[in-house]
Amino acid sequence: MSSALVTPAAPATDKLTKKALTADHPTWCPGCGDFAVLNIFYRVLEKLQYPHENIVCVAGIGCSSRFPYFMNTHGIHFIHGRALPLATGISLSRPDVHVFVFGGDGDGFSIGGNHLNHAARKNIKLTYVIMDNFVYGLTKKQTSPTSPIGFKSKTDPTGSIDRPINPMRQLLASGATFIARTHAAQVKHMEAMFERAILHDGFSVVECLSECVMFYAGAFDDSTPRKGGTYDIIDETQHDVTNDVEAYKMAENLAPGKFGVYYQVNRPTKNALEQKWIDDTQSKLGGVSQKDVLKKRFETMR
Amino acid sequence: MDGCKRPPRIAFLSANQPAGTHHARTPTMSSASAPSSSSPTSLRNAVIRLAGNSQDGIQSIGGFLARLAGRTAQEVMTYMTIPSTISGGPSIFQVHLGSGEVLHEGDEADVLVAFYKHSYENHISALRDGGICFYDTADMGPEDVKNERGIIHIGVPFTSATVEAVGGSTRDRGKNMFVLGMVCAVFNLDKEKLVGIVSRQFGRKDESVLRNALLAFDAGFAYQVGDVEKFAFVPGGAHGAHRISADGNQMLTLGLIAAGVRYGSAYPITPWSSIMETLRVELPKYGGLYVQAEDELAAVSMTIGAAFAGHLAITGSAGPGLSLKMEALGYASMAEIPLIVVNVQRGGPSTGLPTSVEQSDLMQAIYGSHGDSPRIVLAPKDVEDCFYIALEAGKLAKKYSCPVIILSDQALSSRIEAFEEPDLDKHWVEPTLDLSTRPEGFKPYPLDAITQHAPPGSKMAGGKYPVSTGLEHDEMGHPSGSPKMHTLMTAKRRNKLVQLSKELPLPVIHGDQTGDVLVIGWGSTYGPIKESVDRMRTEGHKVGALHLRHLHPMPDGLDGLFKKFKHVVCVEMNDSGLYGYGQLATLLRASLADPRIQSVCKTDGLAFRIREIVTGVEKIMAA
Repeated sequence: MSSALVTPAAPATDKLTKKALTADHPTWCPGCGDFAVLNIFYRVLEKLQYPHENIVCVAGIGCSSRFPYFMNTHGIHFIHGRALPLATGISLSRPDVHVFVFGGDGDGFSIGGNHLNHAARKNIKLTYVIMDNFVYGLTKKQTSPTSPIGFKSKTDPTGSIDRPINPMRQLLASGATFIARTHAAQVKHMEAMFERAILHDGFSVVECLSECVMFYAGAFDDSTPRKGGTYDIIDETQHDVTNDVEAYKMAENLAPGKFGVYYQVNRPTKNALEQKWIDDTQSKLGGVSQKDVLKKRFETMR
Repeated sequence: MDGCKRPPRIAFLSANQPAGTHHARTPTMSSASAPSSSSPTSLRNAVIRLAGNSQDGIQSIGGFLARLAGRTAQEVMTYMTIPSTISGGPSIFQVHLGSGEVLHEGDEADVLVAFYKHSYENHISALRDGGICFYDTADMGPEDVKNERGIIHIGVPFTSATVEAVGGSTRDRGKNMFVLGMVCAVFNLDKEKLVGIVSRQFGRKDESVLRNALLAFDAGFAYQVGDVEKFAFVPGGAHGAHRISADGNQMLTLGLIAAGVRYGSAYPITPWSSIMETLRVELPKYGGLYVQAEDELAAVSMTIGAAFAGHLAITGSAGPGLSLKMEALGYASMAEIPLIVVNVQRGGPSTGLPTSVEQSDLMQAIYGSHGDSPRIVLAPKDVEDCFYIALEAGKLAKKYSCPVIILSDQALSSRIEAFEEPDLDKHWVEPTLDLSTRPEGFKPYPLDAITQHAPPGSKMAGGKYPVSTGLEHDEMGHPSGSPKMHTLMTAKRRNKLVQLSKELPLPVIHGDQTGDVLVIGWGSTYGPIKESVDRMRTEGHKVGALHLRHLHPMPDGLDGLFKKFKHVVCVEMNDSGLYGYGQLATLLRASLADPRIQSVCKTDGLAFRIREIVTGVEKIMAA
């Protein structure tokens, strides 16, 4: 940060509790999978105990993107599809804050699809939770980029005909350095995935299947054991998480597919690379004040 | 000496003519063939047009001349055209040098330097009656010359003389430096200073590059152009300690840095790109960072992210890119996020004329979003003002917590002017990041005050953390669909700009304060309008010029100024539209309901010439 702090961030903070983190009551429908995501996020933050004021929740538009209103942290509810570039602006300019982005499949894979690729390849330091329900819920049941072929919606009354996006393969190709898949009904697994994602130094994404009980009830029954499905967790003693080709093969069929960490690798973040460039540039200036740097620049224009 | 069998003695404007009247000059060509060794004739102004192809390096020698002017207390304004292709294509660089105030690029050239036959054919009409044309004998001969309007044609072997001087396998590279040497000799320019500027420029490259450049320069300097009289500029007026020369994009960039901008993001587009390129390289020196985004949407979003994080941040583009940023700018108005957006206007719509000038984004800048989304719009009047407008934009963005759009244009972006170096001790703004603990009861969107956000990192004493939102909201930032709240909040976002309009000083009218016609302009037409008004006044009209720097909101009380004139004319580089009025004229008519407001518009992608303004205004006066 280049700016002089008016007041340095306050020292000792009170212990971060769920109560302190709770804000408005969620506007989600009863039974929505997103409630579980919110609760687990509280739990992980309680565990990590970051300074309260240094937590930022960012979202775009969608049911799940209402998230920042339900978190009592600094937050920003932005426009549809642009949560990631906005979060990039925060992350790159404020190394002291922890940036969390929440959104749905429409925000992440459709209107904001291009930003996902670029935030991933640049390895921006932040954590992105995609609450994937395979449907547009806020606008009341239109086809989403992850809706399976045959899904009947108001925009595809005879069933969707377009091949859905494969989130794992898309993320692998885009260069994300932490890619995991979890399920809102599997809270312990979700908690483990969130924690690992947050502790990863780089662009970490968790796709969290989160059922929309209003417009796509039963979408994830095949991975919900109590509904007769199988929750198949990746065995990391058998899967090398640094092997992207293996991860790609593993992601061939995501109906219901496997859950867990598909891929994790350490690569310098853009945050670190840019900071190094800033440091190198400044070290060549020999401690001249910022104002004098500009004065010298004007001298060359005389 | 081709094309000029009987070398005449050519005289430009002489020094004893008062400043500001050089437009009225009548070239005098004495009949006697006086020896060229006589002392140089002094002059106040000269317009030199260099015409060639884009790879000939005419922009660089034009730049050298402009920088020299800055160092010799001369005024200068340049004008260039570049083809919107990577290489090849005709290109010109025009330099207007003068010892008095130089307000425009020059209607006509006094000297044309034609590198090719096609340059000659395309630009000879831009040379004034009795002007001098130097052409390269490698591409044309006396048989190609049109002997008309008393123009003096002088064939000079730019190419062969350069090859001879530099030798080796240079071919014709360096003929621009030959021409620079020749111009230096003809106009008695300060050779030592000019060589110094050239040396600094080429000194960074391979040693042989500088050697070859100076060999070509010396050959041009020594070349005997015949009995053409030599000229010398009268000394310029007293100026402050230091003068600098720069183009508009440079000054905007440095102004942003001085204003405390340290973060932002953008996407490349002509003619904006050089600002982002410079910010990318410069900001790390100040501990900041400029990021190239994947698209315009991401660029404005990243910038809003940095602004939300508590920094003064900037994004920018040209017209098409501004259109793409509009949804996010609507958000910034709603969420009351301060940020600076630069729009270097070009000819539109769509890809339009990417390397030409137009002022057709005014409506877009003010109204180009969904919903009622008030924001501030400013426009710099010249290159120097680009620096100060950036400073003002920074202050206004912070104070009013909303987007501030700076409307520059293609002509300003690339033209070079010389002016006094800004006093940084006076203008420097130290960037701050206010992370102070906010008191209990802190409201992010108070109805009775202007929003000042608490960025991440700020502790909230009351324990309630704020959410910045694009949904309509109450004072705490909670989403609210209440009809009353939307009415109140819409008024809150509007009223801060109403407050600004009352705080803005009324612009000072140049020329007559009351009379026949008030000529109104905004942006880069400032110089040509001022010059046109001066000319109309010498012709006996009572005319004033009013320049609007603040376009949204406009200062309160303009109608009082308008009342003192019989006619009110807006001069703009945009279309007169379906109803006959340019964009500013439409706004003024709508807000002031003054039917006397008329328009002089044009859409040829070129800056206004003095005679175009004078003719247009006189037509309205006569109607």
